[in-house]
Amino acid sequence: MPKREDIRSVLLLGSGPIVIGQACEFDYSGTQAVRALREEGYRVILVNSNPATIMTDPDLADATYIEPLTPEWVERVIERERPDALLPTMGGQVGLNVSLELYDSGILEKYDVELIGADARAIRLAEDREEFAEAMRRIGLEVPHGGFAHSMEEALAVAEIAGFPAIVRPSFTLGGTGGGIAYNREEFETVARTGLDASPIGEILIDKSVIGWKEYELEVMRDHADNVVIVCSIENFDAMGVHTGDSITVAPAMTLSDREYQVLRDGAIACIREIGVAAGGCNIQFAVNPDSGEVLVIEMNPRVSRSSALASKATGFPIARIGTKLAVGYRLDELPNAITLKTPASFEPVLDYVVVKVPRFAFEKFPSADPTLSVQMKAVGEVMAIGRTFKEAWMKGFRALENGRDGWEIGDSLTDDGLEADDRETLLAALRRPTADRPFQLKRALRTGLSTEDLYEASRIDRWFLEQLRDLVEAEEHYASLDEATREATWEMKRLGYGDAHLGRLRGEGEAAVRRRRWEWGMHPSYKMVDTCAGEFPAATPYLYSTYEEENESAPSERRKVVVLGSGPNRIGQGVEFDYCCVSAAFALAEEGFETIMVNSNPETVSTDFDVSDKLYFEPLTLENVLEIVHLEGPEGVVVQMGGQTPLKLASALRDLGVAVLGTSVDAIDRAEDRERFEALARQLDIAQPANGLATSEAQAIEVAGRIGYPVLVRPSYVLGGRAMEIVYDEESLKGYFARAVRASPEHPVLIDRFLEDAFEADVDAVCDGDEVLVGGVMQHIEDAGIHSGDSACVVPPYLLRDEHVDQMKAHTRALARELGVVGLINVQFAVKDGIVYVLEVNPRASRTVPFLSKATGVPLARLAARLMAGRKLSEFELRPNGEVQGVAVKESVFPFDKLAGVDALLGPEMRSTGEVMGIADSFGLAIAKAQVAAGNPLPMSGRVVVTVHDQDKANVTPIARRFHELGFEVWATSGTAKYLRGRGVPAQSVLKVHEGRPNIVDHLISGEIDLLINTPLGKHAQFDDYAIRRAAIQHRVPYTTTLSGASALCDAVIGLRHRKLQVMSLQDRAQRAAVSV
Amino acid sequence: MFPGQLAGRTDAIAPGEVVFNTSLTGYQEILTDPSYAGQIVTLTAPQIGNYGVTALDDEASRPWVAGLVVRELSANYCNWRADSSLTDYLERHGIACIDGVDTRKLTRYIRSEGAMRAAIGPEELGVDEILKTVREHPSMAGLDLTRVVTTSEPYEVAPRGDPRFRVAVYDFGVKRRSLQLLAARGCALTVYPATTPVETVHAAEPDGIFLTNGPGDPGAVPGVEALVKSLAEVGTPTFGICLGHQLLARGFGAETFKLLYGHRGGNHPVKDLSSGQVEITSQNHGFAVQTEGEEVPGAPGLVVTHMNLNDRTLEGLRHRELPILAVQYHPESAPGPHDSRYLFDGFVEIMEKRRARA
Repeated sequence: MPKREDIRSVLLLGSGPIVIGQACEFDYSGTQAVRALREEGYRVILVNSNPATIMTDPDLADATYIEPLTPEWVERVIERERPDALLPTMGGQVGLNVSLELYDSGILEKYDVELIGADARAIRLAEDREEFAEAMRRIGLEVPHGGFAHSMEEALAVAEIAGFPAIVRPSFTLGGTGGGIAYNREEFETVARTGLDASPIGEILIDKSVIGWKEYELEVMRDHADNVVIVCSIENFDAMGVHTGDSITVAPAMTLSDREYQVLRDGAIACIREIGVAAGGCNIQFAVNPDSGEVLVIEMNPRVSRSSALASKATGFPIARIGTKLAVGYRLDELPNAITLKTPASFEPVLDYVVVKVPRFAFEKFPSADPTLSVQMKAVGEVMAIGRTFKEAWMKGFRALENGRDGWEIGDSLTDDGLEADDRETLLAALRRPTADRPFQLKRALRTGLSTEDLYEASRIDRWFLEQLRDLVEAEEHYASLDEATREATWEMKRLGYGDAHLGRLRGEGEAAVRRRRWEWGMHPSYKMVDTCAGEFPAATPYLYSTYEEENESAPSERRKVVVLGSGPNRIGQGVEFDYCCVSAAFALAEEGFETIMVNSNPETVSTDFDVSDKLYFEPLTLENVLEIVHLEGPEGVVVQMGGQTPLKLASALRDLGVAVLGTSVDAIDRAEDRERFEALARQLDIAQPANGLATSEAQAIEVAGRIGYPVLVRPSYVLGGRAMEIVYDEESLKGYFARAVRASPEHPVLIDRFLEDAFEADVDAVCDGDEVLVGGVMQHIEDAGIHSGDSACVVPPYLLRDEHVDQMKAHTRALARELGVVGLINVQFAVKDGIVYVLEVNPRASRTVPFLSKATGVPLARLAARLMAGRKLSEFELRPNGEVQGVAVKESVFPFDKLAGVDALLGPEMRSTGEVMGIADSFGLAIAKAQVAAGNPLPMSGRVVVTVHDQDKANVTPIARRFHELGFEVWATSGTAKYLRGRGVPAQSVLKVHEGRPNIVDHLISGEIDLLINTPLGKHAQFDDYAIRRAAIQHRVPYTTTLSGASALCDAVIGLRHRKLQVMSLQDRAQRAAVSV
Repeated sequence: MFPGQLAGRTDAIAPGEVVFNTSLTGYQEILTDPSYAGQIVTLTAPQIGNYGVTALDDEASRPWVAGLVVRELSANYCNWRADSSLTDYLERHGIACIDGVDTRKLTRYIRSEGAMRAAIGPEELGVDEILKTVREHPSMAGLDLTRVVTTSEPYEVAPRGDPRFRVAVYDFGVKRRSLQLLAARGCALTVYPATTPVETVHAAEPDGIFLTNGPGDPGAVPGVEALVKSLAEVGTPTFGICLGHQLLARGFGAETFKLLYGHRGGNHPVKDLSSGQVEITSQNHGFAVQTEGEEVPGAPGLVVTHMNLNDRTLEGLRHRELPILAVQYHPESAPGPHDSRYLFDGFVEIMEKRRARA
């Protein structure tokens, strides 16, 4: 069956903003899908609200709509584009849910759009847990389901039968949102209620506990002719009970005999057939009883998933690409294996290496969050590592994690590993509760000599894995005890995956000493190929990993080449936007004639697709791993400015070792980052800066703050995403900050800036070729100063800044770029207060806003920057005038507060958002409305708004409340505010605060009587009242805002939505219109 | 020379033909598959022994491989079915194993140079001594190993449930799983030594004949012509797999040849030409039947039914008139996927048809 000729255009849905449970793996799948469809000559229409993605680059699809992923908005796109088909399986749970809603509401039928890949019946069968259980029983497979419940009464009845611990899983949510484990009846009531609230259909499944069973996933593909292949088996290191996204996972399965594996394989094939995924991939999870081999099916995802991204990278089998081709009619045997090119895709990849995925968490950002890993995913990113053995891959994985440790090392103190003591009982108790610290606790337990049986009973981690880890601990104890680190001993340790830094630490020497000795021996890694076939056939695609073996398969070419360093694991402050920049650079440099070599460790990304660059090294982004690649390849230079902090922090070490860094010099980067050098720079250019100082001790900090005056913004130097950044209002709080957050030292000083209250803030991104500067645009923050730029919504062009200030920002940016000799990207943050433009920060590198701005203006800044780094000049390109936007583009941030129980939703100088969306329209109101809808903050068109604000905000909230009143909203406020509002002509009804009795605000929120909450923090001492109110709003999904500027913008959004048509326009059409109007 | 640590039998030189198998699971089934007699098997899966061994997974009463090459032999194992470690098992059975080898380098070498004679031996015996053993060792081409692995006496295998058919099994190196699968389909089995005269089998008047897998060069197994000729005359439904398939083809006039490095693994795509379906198959063969497109030169009576999609070699045959089916691969799997179990049903079907006609 060749491809279908009866369809000409295909609508593809992305997955929207990055959230916990749905990350950039769907940029990878969507991008592959777009490319696969275009290759076949289909017109591709793409909808995704996330501007940071590569798939929304206007070069990729034929028509790119950055619009909210809701049925309402997607319908507008369908109406405009009239696609023949909709591919629902590439955009994660969001894409799937929207597709199903479009089907159910008859919209697809109305516009004659066919669902391809998986039809509505299959999606429903797989997604509806009750129907799924029924389907599995039909094919003789068991599920662990105790039963379903739609109310607390039903839930309690089911729990009586299922017993405790019980697992609660809400239907139709992603990443296990709202799920939990209950160990007793009391906990069960809380968990069940949360689950019922989280499920859009108010349904929960209560599972019999299979906690402690082994957990496996199989990635399965099927074509229209019913050919089925298993792409990969994945075994979870952590037993059942930890969400697979939070588990360390291993591919292929390590502890199953062929008999057992074939039971899973047969089950998986029967499952995809019964569910009826017609053409594409799915992921099936199994639990296996370690004592009897009993198998249960946990769930199936009838779409590409995080696991299928991992499986693609782990095997070299591009699941999304192949799945897309199957959806348009091809059979597996009609498609070539993308790596061998000679053999067909109808086969099952085999691995001659082991892959380990390690999740990356962000609990340091959310100290109040419950760190227990459970059925609701909490990880924000992941790394993958490839080694010849589990041990090597494990060690490489921990090296790639960038958690400040040089691999799988215990912390400096017990507290660093989440422990208070390291006696047997404490360790075993800790191992019973899975957390992000558990791998390190395990190491401590192994070192103290706890038996495998003890560790197994506590953790339920398979004994085989525990023994592997014991091997590592014994090997390093042996190595540490040697009189001399001999060549043989070093070789054995390198084969186990130890980095030089870790080896050095084991024997009290530096990384450089170990490296020097190793190089003198001529001991370098060999690189082996990921080839899908364990060496049986020659591979055409150089997808490589390092190991220490006899044969190296990576043959450097004679071409001019560059190495692009990727951004490593996603974390808060460093996400898909940097992958976008790296991929843009790879594309642009390839067009400039270079061989492009990508290095990255994040399996969710587009950059780790083997067809994005000429050569891919799937490696930890450490100095050692990068140096070895550079040593082998001999590139003209290394690109460090595209991947965020990860490559940037290697820059000076690379330079010192004689590696050429492309573009902006390392010295210029340092000049911008180093506080004192930067101050001199600003002074030299006559650019105002907030008063500031540097402190290497607490005492000095108090002195500096006293000199520049409170409030001050304090933070450690060299930070990512505003880590440990706070606004401090007085000396007492400053002392508290030092006690809680940082240790200042001469090597790690603390930066202290005067905090500009009530200032407007703006970000500017620009490119520079060393002389000429092109300003991409000026993005004004919507939130007030003091909220991290990564968390603030922003708008381009600026809506409340005076032209002269905007011009001044552009001029400052030009001056800074020229003075620093920037070749490539530069980002500058400004604040305006009392008519003065202050520079807050200069980052001579790719920023988080580059993709957003590129999409808003149509100028591909990252690609342009890469070409300039290759030696081209701005004058060689025809570009539209600086910072021109057709219409208004708004970026809004998306937060993980609904995933992390116990976390306050208040915004501050520490970044906490995981993703972003963009709303683009011809008016500010509509643009912000789109951004709000896309961010999952539904806008109330009418109803009741509740205002509870800080005393100082009463005056400023009054006009906002008045506008809501005029829009027909009923205004409620806490007594003081209500009185104030009534006094100024806004009819406001009083409502009780939490401590004033009942029913109070929280009760009203829970009972659904409130449609919008405006709650600003009550000064520096946030009170419990506010916290309870905000958590209630999050849990019961009541739209809320915690800033006045946000509230005002919401008002504009409501007006925008009320008065304008739901107008959509593709980026390509917008650019066309811009070209005409110029 | 591939250095490593010896395991299993460590005091002698073990020569054989070195090949590689890409299966991710099933090392025990591979070790005990009689088709590997005379071969040193390199497992491309890097960690071997993880789940131990269990008597339940033996495909024969002993391991047949001449040696085993692995990247990492797991000293520890964990599985509820296991009764000992692989290391102990290799020692117990005196199988030479070399651990810590760059198996990928070796595999790539075999891929380009072909399966070849090799030996595993202790360093202290000296490289020259080991090389000498390799040179003196006979090459696989022209070697009949069926006599080595076949049963010495005939034996019966009872069917599961009521007997529906009586099947004669020519044991060239049969795997237990094949017998179990036939027995599960109601076949009462008599397993004969490979050298059993055709007349003996015919005298027993079986409903079907099963020609098993086995090791070595199909061109070197004597008596094939007579066997096939008499099959053709009587019209007994016949099913051949692997070596059995090659022998049938040769009997009808086809040629066999040695593949450069063979097919060994559990992931080869095979297309059933009649249905168009692709099955993922378990494979273990170093020789193949010569074809030209979908024709079998020299054997006009044979029709190609299955094709390997990786290299377009022959994977299955049937006879135009006679009730004869054969496949090159291993529908019994063990180890490997179960996609091809339907072939055993196909065999039962032709026996049913034959009975209905009679």
